[in-house]
Formats: sequence, C-alpha cells, structure tokens
Amino acid sequence: MLNWLQNIGHRTFNRFSRIGRGTLFLWQCLLSLSYVFTKPMLLVRQLHSVGVQTLLIILVAGLFVGMVLALQAYIVLVDFGAEESISLMVSLSILRELGPVFTGLLFAGRAGSALTAEIGLMKSTEQLSGMEMMAVNPMKYIIAPRFLAGVISVPLLTAIFMAVAILGGYFVAIEMLGIYEGVFWSQMQTKVDFYEDLMNGMIKSLVFGFVVVWIAVFEGYDCVPTSEGLGQATTRTVVHGSLAVLGLDFLLTALMFNV
Amino acid sequence: MIFDNIDMDIRQGQVTAIMGPSGTGKTTLLKLIGGQLKPDAGTVHVAGENVHQLSATALYDLRRRTMGMLFQSGALLTDLSVFDNVAFPLREHTSLPESAIRDLVLLKLEVVGLRGARDLMPAELSGGMSRRVALARAIALDPEMILYDEPFTGQDPISKGVLVKLIHDMNHALGMTSVVVSHDVDETASISDYIYVISGGKVVEHGTPKNINHSASDWVRQFMGGLADGPVPFHYSSKPMIEDLMASSNEGRK
Repeated sequence: MLNWLQNIGHRTFNRFSRIGRGTLFLWQCLLSLSYVFTKPMLLVRQLHSVGVQTLLIILVAGLFVGMVLALQAYIVLVDFGAEESISLMVSLSILRELGPVFTGLLFAGRAGSALTAEIGLMKSTEQLSGMEMMAVNPMKYIIAPRFLAGVISVPLLTAIFMAVAILGGYFVAIEMLGIYEGVFWSQMQTKVDFYEDLMNGMIKSLVFGFVVVWIAVFEGYDCVPTSEGLGQATTRTVVHGSLAVLGLDFLLTALMFNV
Repeated sequence: MIFDNIDMDIRQGQVTAIMGPSGTGKTTLLKLIGGQLKPDAGTVHVAGENVHQLSATALYDLRRRTMGMLFQSGALLTDLSVFDNVAFPLREHTSLPESAIRDLVLLKLEVVGLRGARDLMPAELSGGMSRRVALARAIALDPEMILYDEPFTGQDPISKGVLVKLIHDMNHALGMTSVVVSHDVDETASISDYIYVISGGKVVEHGTPKNINHSASDWVRQFMGGLADGPVPFHYSSKPMIEDLMASSNEGRK
C-alpha cells in the first residue's frame, strides 16, 4: 500500500517537474530566438528540412481530403436538392477545421518526430555537450532555428493544404459531379468570411504549430540518451503532439465561434 | 553520492591523469570541471574562477578562453564535413575572414595528420580518425587546457599510439594543460606527469607514475598491473560454491 502511494507520488512529481522543465525550456528557447537573425542560413536550412520536406505529404493529403469531402457533401446534399452548396460545405470545413487540424497532425507525424529523433540523437552522441564545451549554446544554434522554422512552416503548410483541398473539391464537383463552375465559386465567395473563417483557421494553425514544435524539440532535448529513450521520446512527440492539436482545436473553436 | 571529499590540483602545463575503474565517475569529474554538471557541495576552480558560481555568459566565456574537450565519442557534428567541424568554433567565436579560417583549419588538421581528409563526412571516418578530427577541433581556438575523456578506449594499437604521441606532443609543443581521464594504464602512465587514481568516490593514490607503480596499496597495484584477483575479487559475491552445488543435488534427489 505504502509502495503504491509512493509510486503515485513519484509519478506525479515527475510529471510536474517535466512540465516545469518544458516551460523553462520554452522560455530559454524564446530568449535565444534573436540569435537566429544573426545567422539566417541556419533558419533557411531548417525551413527546408522542416517545411519543404513536409510539403509532399501535405499536398497529397490535402488533395484527397478535399476530394472525399466533396463526394460526401454531394451524397448528403443531393437529397435536399442543395448539391450546389457543395463548395460551401467543402470550403467551410477545410478552412475552419480540417486544414489546420490535418496539417497539425501530419506535421507532428512527419516533421515533429524527425525533429525529436534528430535532436535526441545529437544528445546521445554528445554533440550537444560538445557544442556546450566549445562555448556554443545548443539552445541558440540547434533549438532556436528549428523552433522558429516549425512555427513559420505550419501556417504556410496549412494555407497550402487549404488551397489544394479546395482545388480537390473543385475537381470532383465540376468534373465528376457536374456542378456549374460559376455556382461553385460564387457560393464560396458570398458565404465564406475572410476573418471569421480563413483568419480563424490560420490562427489555429499558428497555435498548433507553436505547440507541436515545442513538444517536438523539448522531447528531443529532454530524452534519455539511449536507443530506448529516443524511441519513447519520438513516440511521445507524435502522441502528445496529436492530442494537443485535437484538444486545442476544441478549445479554440469554442472560443472563436462563441458557442 | 559519486565523490566523497575529493581534492585535486591540476598543474598548468602538465599532463595530469585521472585513472580508475569503469563507473567511478571519471567522466562526471570532467563534466564538473567543464561546468556541465553542478556539484551538490564543493567547488571547482579553473584559471582562478569558481566554475559553478559564474553566470551562464561568464561560463561560456571561460570555456571559450580556456577549455577544449575531447569526447569519448568524438562528438563531431554529423551534418558538417571534417573541415567545417574544425572551422566551427572559429566561425562561431572569431570574425576572421574565410581565407584565414581556411589556413587555420588546415594547420590544425596537419597537426593530427588529416589535412587530406578535410572533405570527408564524419560517417566516413574510422573511430581513430574521428577522434583525431575532434582533437583538431578542440585545439582550434588554442585553449589553455584540454580535457580528454577516455581518449584510448576502443582504439586499435596504431591509433592508440598516434593519440598518445599527439597528446604528449601537443602538451609540450603548445604548452597546454592536459587532463586525461582513462583506464588504459600503460598508455596513460607513459605520458602523464602526475596521476590521480580514484575508486569508490575517493582518491586512493596520487603521485608521479613511478610512485604509483610502487604504491603500498594492494588495490592500486592490482589496478595498475591489471591482475585478475586481489582486493577486487575475481568472483562476484555469492555463497560458497559447495553450498550452491549441494543445493542442486539436493533438489535432484527430491
């Protein structure tokens, strides 16, 4: 019994000290961001590996999500004779929810896990310690550029996801289902609000990007430097990152749309 | 507790060795000197400064001015070539033009005999070569002191010989202070001016290599001579063998 209680106490303490370390880590990371502007090449390289290399999966996923959404919308709407509102259904669900959420999830899986693994491997091969002993702060040289690159990339990837998904929906609606092109666009134009729908989606993506990248770089930096610890850290990045995206999405939706 | 009441002096311009069995915290000691770990009690002074009371900026400044460290794994940055690895501290800490950096890097690589390998990536190097590149990188800023963490472990005899010679020559030619943490007795004793032997968190013996070899302590003699049995027993502690054997034959009878 006592052991059991001790165990619970120990675990709770560990959880909280991790949260504390994570917050401190974020603070140090934010303080180190100015360094990135003195070495823009570091940021450019990370934008490539974090952002550009995630592009393909975003493009493909966006295209299919848009296409499927158009098909499903048609099946429901055609019963009411409202199939011309297809574009509205596709664009609103993409802009408000699916764009930021899907991008957040895909980013956590593709780039987040890669970031954790990369930083964790640097830690276990003593590259981070080595840098410290060369009087180069790894927070500035390694963490800050990756963090900034992630925070910049996610909203951009989200915008691309949204555009491609709507194009996918357009292709299905016009070419396969025979909706009039003019109706498709004009519906969207009249009913979709720039601030209410698009901007709120982009704000969501900014929040998701921030949180997912924070989790990813922290898990890498804080991992136990063994192959097992590295594997666990990578898994945690994907699991915690995805759950954070979904949970925050609910919270942000409730706040933004005043439900 | 890892260390108990340890007191060491590392003299300028000498090679000081810290020896002891695996797991006695030799690497921890180097990390304490380098300020990467904080002790619960006690102080570490480097070049007159208390390492653990410095602000982060001052600590980085102290490291830049006075310390180089050679890690056991080499700790080369895997996404940079040999040349860029050696150039890394120069590019970070100096505003030298690229042509001057090139000359300096080639000079440092020449010292370790790897000028020709400058375009290779760390993954293409053998263990011995990557440690030599790491050595060139550690001396790039001409530190006053180099900390070597197990420089000979896992090296073939030729690489070992090369490293022994490099550590010795650099110490004498460049007037550096060297701290070598190792359990390779012969190699380390051959180049060190002073040796600390630590075990169980305490300094069990210290002195010149000659004194250490003639130590009064049985433990130190066993360690230096690599003897299989002595104060450190060959057998992991267990009940007497006769009891173990009888136990199994008793079980068989039941």
